Amino acid sequence: MSEPTKAPAASAGSRAATKKELPEHFKSYKHVWVFIEQERGQVHPVSWELMGAGRKLADKLNVELAAVVIGPEGESTAQAAAEAFCYGADLAYMVADPLLTDYRNEAYTKALTDVVNTYQPEILLLGATTLGRDLAGSVATTLLTGLTADCTELDVDTDGSLAATRPTFGGSLLCTIYTLNYRPQMATVRPRVMPMPERVEHPVGRIITHPLGLVEDDIVTKVLSFLPDRDSAKSNLAFADVVVAGGLGLGSPENFQLVRQLASVLGAEYGCSRPLVQKGWVTSDRQIGQTGKTIRPKLYIAAGISGAIQHRVGVEGSDLIVAINTDKNAPIFEFAHVGIVTDAIRLLPALTEAFRARLSPHSRDRIAS
Amino acid sequence: MHIVVCIKQVPDSAQIRVHPVTNTIMRQGVPTIINPYDLFALEAALALRDQHGGEVTVLTMGPPSAADSLRKALTFGADRAVLLTDRFFAGADTLATTYALATAIRKIGETFGAPDLVFTGKQTIDGDTAQVGPGVAKRLGLLQLTYVAKISALDLDNKTIEAERRSEGGVQILQTRLPCLITMLEATNEIRRGGMADALRAARAEVVTWSAKDAGVEDITKCGLRGSPTIVKRVFAPQARAEKATMVDFSDTPPADALIAELFKRQPKLETELATLARGY
Ligand SMILES: Cc1cc2nc3c(=O)[nH]c(=O)nc-3n(C[C@H](O)[C@H](O)[C@H](O)COP(=O)(O)OP(=O)(O)OC[C@H]3O[C@@H](n4cnc5c(N)ncnc54)[C@H](O)[C@@H]3O)c2cc1C
Repeated sequence: MSEPTKAPAASAGSRAATKKELPEHFKSYKHVWVFIEQERGQVHPVSWELMGAGRKLADKLNVELAAVVIGPEGESTAQAAAEAFCYGADLAYMVADPLLTDYRNEAYTKALTDVVNTYQPEILLLGATTLGRDLAGSVATTLLTGLTADCTELDVDTDGSLAATRPTFGGSLLCTIYTLNYRPQMATVRPRVMPMPERVEHPVGRIITHPLGLVEDDIVTKVLSFLPDRDSAKSNLAFADVVVAGGLGLGSPENFQLVRQLASVLGAEYGCSRPLVQKGWVTSDRQIGQTGKTIRPKLYIAAGISGAIQHRVGVEGSDLIVAINTDKNAPIFEFAHVGIVTDAIRLLPALTEAFRARLSPHSRDRIAS
Repeated sequence: MHIVVCIKQVPDSAQIRVHPVTNTIMRQGVPTIINPYDLFALEAALALRDQHGGEVTVLTMGPPSAADSLRKALTFGADRAVLLTDRFFAGADTLATTYALATAIRKIGETFGAPDLVFTGKQTIDGDTAQVGPGVAKRLGLLQLTYVAKISALDLDNKTIEAERRSEGGVQILQTRLPCLITMLEATNEIRRGGMADALRAARAEVVTWSAKDAGVEDITKCGLRGSPTIVKRVFAPQARAEKATMVDFSDTPPADALIAELFKRQPKLETELATLARGY
């Protein structure tokens, strides 16, 4: 059990003093990087969302945006690198090796850490997925740098440092976190939090390849098999065009049925606030918010949800937010587009009927599940 | 076999109230609980111990009052509890936390026997980062298996473990070598009730309490606020959207009709879009 050998960058001393000036050896760290996550030949969409966010940071800093593509040797990895240029990359770093076919922490940590140490970015962004969080924690600890998890907003400050904003615990507050004295500044962002940038056809640009430098015997962990999820098992909540959700204001698990019925008539997905999952009324894959799914539908209808910050960050990207709440002072009305102060338990069935009549007059007899 | 389980005492989020004026959370008087995600790790560890023999040590870093959570863990059946408490640990971010925990785990190894397995929950409900487990593993040079849904095989003679790990699009069946660190996925088991004997033992048990120095921390500047590369620069309330919500008036129309009229007035395309979607189902 040994510790990473890299020396900490800052000497001891008062925090205020050490936080001001970036140590000399970090000043060469430049450019914004996005880790491009692949699983089984597929790029996770969060990587392209991060390219959009990374492009803005790079433009503000007047530096380059690089995609870091790590994966098996061959078509899929090369394709991912090429694709990155269509999402705004100025260049790509690529570590391609058969040993990287499946995600394994040891090999991916080595690959990413090596590229970072060699080419020295100032900002490194990863998706807050199971892969991204597994990797980010290892890489940040190896580099002994700061990592801000699950950011909802990324910006650069006037002095060029990364301002990473995320909700704080409990209260309806956000906090902005800085990594002042260390490089790279690392952050993860959950899928769907950043908008998907437009894909613009672009020729493949500069690609810098870097060797992995491992043989299979160096990697202790073996992947014995992989069982892909059946598509039917996945809820499409995160990508739905219309979402109807219910919260504690519905009062009982039976009343949650009203949410499902409206969703069914609208061809929508249904979701809920976290307490309903904790109470066991609804399964956890239906939770919307900071610790659930982030949604970006065209229409979001929230019934009996107060609009706590942890919920808000998961729905703010919706085009049209409709809030149904008995309390005219509920925080949800601060970010909803359309609000109605009324009892959701009575309104939901009426809405279901009204939409049913209006949208498909010939299917009145269809039974909502 | 020796298993170390890292737990955290957190405020019970169901009981948290926000100060109506300052918008800050009112921690005072809020009951604390063991981070719910950690209970899945604890149960997985206890089950392995019951099956293979050995001991489970629970470890937490926190204020002296965090001993309550450790005692609770003892009532579930943990064999030993270690509390790491020191003012130097205050204000730690994930990197500083992993330094303190890793140092303590090393000390636990020296004092009570080297761990074969270290468990943590998937994440905490307060910090919510999911980064401490991987960080501790890296600092201890342990292999890591995160988001583990099931431990399918453990071979203490050959020092190997097989586990099912949740990934984005499926389940990876992984095999690795001991010692390793596992972060346990939620809803993968249910914490036992713990018997009378455990309750009595917990009441009498001594919680091993270590300061930074006791735990073998050599460099205090790696701990707490000073050892944290990240700093919270600003805490603020989210802004209301610039444009106020349109409140639907339903004094002379049924509310459902008034609401739908407002939606279609605002977004005329919505009606055809919804009709298409609805037909698809
Ligand atoms: C670390 C952390 C992570 C979290 N992650 C999430 C997350 O991912 N998602 C999430 O949703 N929450 C999350 N939360 C919880 C969040 O802080 C809130 O507690 C939660 O969103 C509140 O749920 P709610 O709006 O359903 O309940 P409440 O806050 O109790 O609100 C109920 C609302 O219903 C209204 N109401 C009551 N009766 C009626 C009626 N008949 N008709 C209409 N309205 C009615 C009330 O006026 C009230 O506004 C998290 C909390 C923490 C600490």
